[in-house]
Amino acid sequence: MRLAKSESAAHPVLIFWIIAGWVGYAVLPWYGVEDFWEFRWLADGWPFYSDYAPAALLIAQGQKLWLAPMLVALILPLLVIRRRKSDDLYGKILIVAGGFGFAWLVAQGLGIGLRGFTAPWLVALFGELGDRQFGMGYGALLTASAFLFLFTQGIAARGAVNGDVFVTGAIGGVVTVVAIFVFFPIVKMLGAAFVADGGGYSGSTFLSKLFDQRIWSLGCLSGGRCGVAWNSLFLAVLVGILTTVLGLVFALLLTRSSFRYKRALRALTVLPIITPPFVIGLAIILLFGLSGTVTQTVADWFGITPTRWIYGLPGILIAQVLAFTPIAFLVMIGVVEGVSPSMEEAAQTLRANRWQTFRTVSLPLMRPGLANAFLLGFIESMADFGNPLVLGGNYDVLSTEIFFAIVGAQYDQSRAAILAFVLLFFTLGAFWVQRFWLGRKSYTTVTGKGDAGVHPLMPRGLSVPVYVVAGLWGAFTLTVYAYIVYGSLVQLWGLDHTLTLDHYRTAFAVGWGENGIRWSGSAWSSFWTTIMIATISAPLTAAVGLITAYLLTRQDFKGKQSFEFGTMLSFAVPGTVIGVAYILAFNVPPIEITGTGLILVISFVFRNMPVGVRAGIASMSQLDRSLDESSLTLGANSWQTFRAVILPLLKPAIVAALVYSFVSAMTAISAVIFLVSARYDMSTSYIIGRVENNDYGLAIAYSTALIFVMLAAVGLMQLVVGRTKIGRRGAAGMGH
Amino acid sequence: MASINAKAASVSFRNVTKIYGRDVVAVDSINLEVAAGTLVTLLGPSGCGKTTTLRMIAGLEMASRGQILIGDRDVTSLPATDRDVSMVFQSYALFPHMTVLENVSYGLKFSGFGKAETRERAEAGLALVGLSKFGARLPSELSGGQQQRVAVARALVLEPQVLLFDEPLSNLDAKLRRQVREEIREIQQNLGLTVVYVTHDQEEALAVSDEIVVMRNAAIAQKGTPRQLYEEPADAFVADFIGEANLIPCEILTVSGDQAEVGIADYRQRLAARAMAPGPARLAVRPSRVRLDADMAAPGMAARIVKATYVGSRMEYTVEAPFGTLFAVLDDVTQPLRVGSEVRLSFAQNGPVLVPA
Repeated sequence: MRLAKSESAAHPVLIFWIIAGWVGYAVLPWYGVEDFWEFRWLADGWPFYSDYAPAALLIAQGQKLWLAPMLVALILPLLVIRRRKSDDLYGKILIVAGGFGFAWLVAQGLGIGLRGFTAPWLVALFGELGDRQFGMGYGALLTASAFLFLFTQGIAARGAVNGDVFVTGAIGGVVTVVAIFVFFPIVKMLGAAFVADGGGYSGSTFLSKLFDQRIWSLGCLSGGRCGVAWNSLFLAVLVGILTTVLGLVFALLLTRSSFRYKRALRALTVLPIITPPFVIGLAIILLFGLSGTVTQTVADWFGITPTRWIYGLPGILIAQVLAFTPIAFLVMIGVVEGVSPSMEEAAQTLRANRWQTFRTVSLPLMRPGLANAFLLGFIESMADFGNPLVLGGNYDVLSTEIFFAIVGAQYDQSRAAILAFVLLFFTLGAFWVQRFWLGRKSYTTVTGKGDAGVHPLMPRGLSVPVYVVAGLWGAFTLTVYAYIVYGSLVQLWGLDHTLTLDHYRTAFAVGWGENGIRWSGSAWSSFWTTIMIATISAPLTAAVGLITAYLLTRQDFKGKQSFEFGTMLSFAVPGTVIGVAYILAFNVPPIEITGTGLILVISFVFRNMPVGVRAGIASMSQLDRSLDESSLTLGANSWQTFRAVILPLLKPAIVAALVYSFVSAMTAISAVIFLVSARYDMSTSYIIGRVENNDYGLAIAYSTALIFVMLAAVGLMQLVVGRTKIGRRGAAGMGH
Repeated sequence: MASINAKAASVSFRNVTKIYGRDVVAVDSINLEVAAGTLVTLLGPSGCGKTTTLRMIAGLEMASRGQILIGDRDVTSLPATDRDVSMVFQSYALFPHMTVLENVSYGLKFSGFGKAETRERAEAGLALVGLSKFGARLPSELSGGQQQRVAVARALVLEPQVLLFDEPLSNLDAKLRRQVREEIREIQQNLGLTVVYVTHDQEEALAVSDEIVVMRNAAIAQKGTPRQLYEEPADAFVADFIGEANLIPCEILTVSGDQAEVGIADYRQRLAARAMAPGPARLAVRPSRVRLDADMAAPGMAARIVKATYVGSRMEYTVEAPFGTLFAVLDDVTQPLRVGSEVRLSFAQNGPVLVPA
């Protein structure tokens, strides 16, 4: 059967992509239509009206003739339909056709823009074009995909990755989208950093702007003010250290103590993840602000005049530590649990006491976790936008400076790009330092088999401070959340503390009109947009993440390491940078999507993809490779194996990726604030807007509602996807 | 040059019980004596309590009831750190973030040795297992066998009163197993160590032990020298677990002195009575003690060859006999018996043992 299948001449996948290429070229509108999701163009002059016409008809009308060479790349593959896969020409033709088609499509897209040729040397070479083109649309998208997958089928036929069409296609697809949506915008942004004030590129302007005193001044050492770069760096290092220590504390409490309320603790630490980060900042203001409860109480007791001390470093620090500790905890718990109990038992039988065991064995083995937790805290702090905006006072940091450079009166794209460049430099630097610190040493147990035993308890000298710190943190977190709810129910904080539902009414009023329900509350529009965008982007994120994880854990191919590095890179790129890079890159052809919902979806997918990848890798490496191999030998191909064997076993990872990407799409602010438009406003940016207008009541009420919605959504998603218990225990059990 | 000496001590268990949680009995009131300088193996199927017993000697599990002594000292409530015992783990438990030398020095650092002496002793330990040149490597850069030897060296250099092995060979391939177990036995005998060794592999146990303790369902089924266990199993379980005996239902017809006459269908054989009374019993026969004769005039029962397998050095047969099927191993590979042929089945004079029904 299988023999017959691979020898038959017509290959369904090949034919599918050839047809797709032609449909994209000759049927669908080549250029972008107003809204990706709307299909008004069907009735609006298509196929002949030039705005909606497919490429083939444009050429037939004598327009956009530079699209014509792609015809060659579409015709060539027709020659191989009757050929066998083993035929030498089969692979060669597909590689040439797909490669040329894709390259030409990209080149013309980059080369010809709204004002004809985009670069002076093109004009010098070909003369003025006298024509222009807009951003690419459905047709271009489909044809580009067709070229890409024809190309990958070509290399598969030439023997790449054992000639596996699905795997080569997946690699090609992931590489391409990461290149377009991660690397391209960043490169474009770096380019913008070189743009001089009067236009044109200039290295000296770049350098003078880069080493601006406002960025790098060390004035604070001598009583003045420091540059934003140092402010950000100092804050991020502090937050990184504190969140890592706290994360470790909670992980130890959960795994190495006889603490009785572990479930409650877990719930408490997960709470901030479903909270938009700046909401913590708002609660901090309610507590410690000028008219905050704590400030007022202390002032009454000791007769001190209330001050605005919380605005600045202290406030941002407290808010960020509260907000990011759970992330550090989630990283640490895996690592702390992962230290094999027999390591610690071995140390004990070698005469080390509990404290020595902890210091010489447990702690060093947790090093990768510590490094990762620090890196996460550092990057999150660098990228955090909401808390500094709400609590920053005079303490300027890079992320807010970037924002004001773009949206403020100054509107200075190149300054924003330079600040983003500095920010990126810091986070990538931290990324690199982390790798260097972990070095060549191995932190994983050498052999996997037969580890029974339990983790020993912490040494007593450690458990006392752990309990104290965890207790304080828990109490503080509870207070903060109580204040969020309380604050949303108060008429006007600091002046009139009568309880009211007014803020909820303003935001979420619902009325009955002639056409049924009328969503008259001011928050509904942004709320539904947020839900829609989060719902669309969550499954996409999970899909891209899991496919990438599958490639990384299950397949061997050349350049796998750089592939991994590339996909994880977007993780080290702060959201603020992504935001700036996206508006600089996707404001103009060939991809013109600023102001649409699409750009929000795309930014979420690529911001959250690393989490999906990590979740996928973690659970896939627990599934034995022999599972795939047995499926493959039973006659399934690698796509069928992925779908029928790997995916069902990955339910936990899928849930994790779905929940995480949904939740972070709802809570994200740093990239979002640059990408929203009047039509597609997101909850978080709407709330920040309210805060800027000092409308705290509404902002807090909206945030509280969001928290409950996310709780419900997380619960619902777990119900829908269902829970399967396929853990390590089962796998280990088989060995005995 | 430092050398490694033994401070070997005996181990005794007095009515030791281990209960997990509320009512899972892992070890049920066992008594055990391990003489100083001997190698004793705890052998049994998984879940029989052998590893728990070992971990109680190490101090990694605490006995729920009873008393544990090492030498003359009562260690029942001492934690692992304070016992003079070291252990080689099934997974070796080498610290992945330390070099081989650091691993071997680890215990010495906490035993009050100076820097110079620690190093000297660690190097002596590595020399003993033949890994002197590998001190600077990381465990991940060694082969499985080498990692195993590092784990042994790490435990040895502490000169423990008792050295414990938890299935040390289970992660090695078959060829290496034989070599490493011989090395372990050699070191134990040369240094006069007290060793307690856990395994589920009966051949391994027979090869290395001074004494074997067979465990079943949290209790001791039988203890004795390898020869005692193999030749005089106390019951059907031990007979089956050690040497995969065929257990054949039989009838003790008469007993006179220490000899008994046993009948299986119409077949009769005289053998040691082992203080058993006439009545139903079982005969434990090792596969190698089965005789099959193509000559139908030979004494024995009528039987038929169902399966014949050539495994190089011998032939393995499955035989259908009046009492059921039987597994036999014959040395004659030149003229094998054909499948389906009728044969006469009997047992060797030495070897078959009576066990209670």
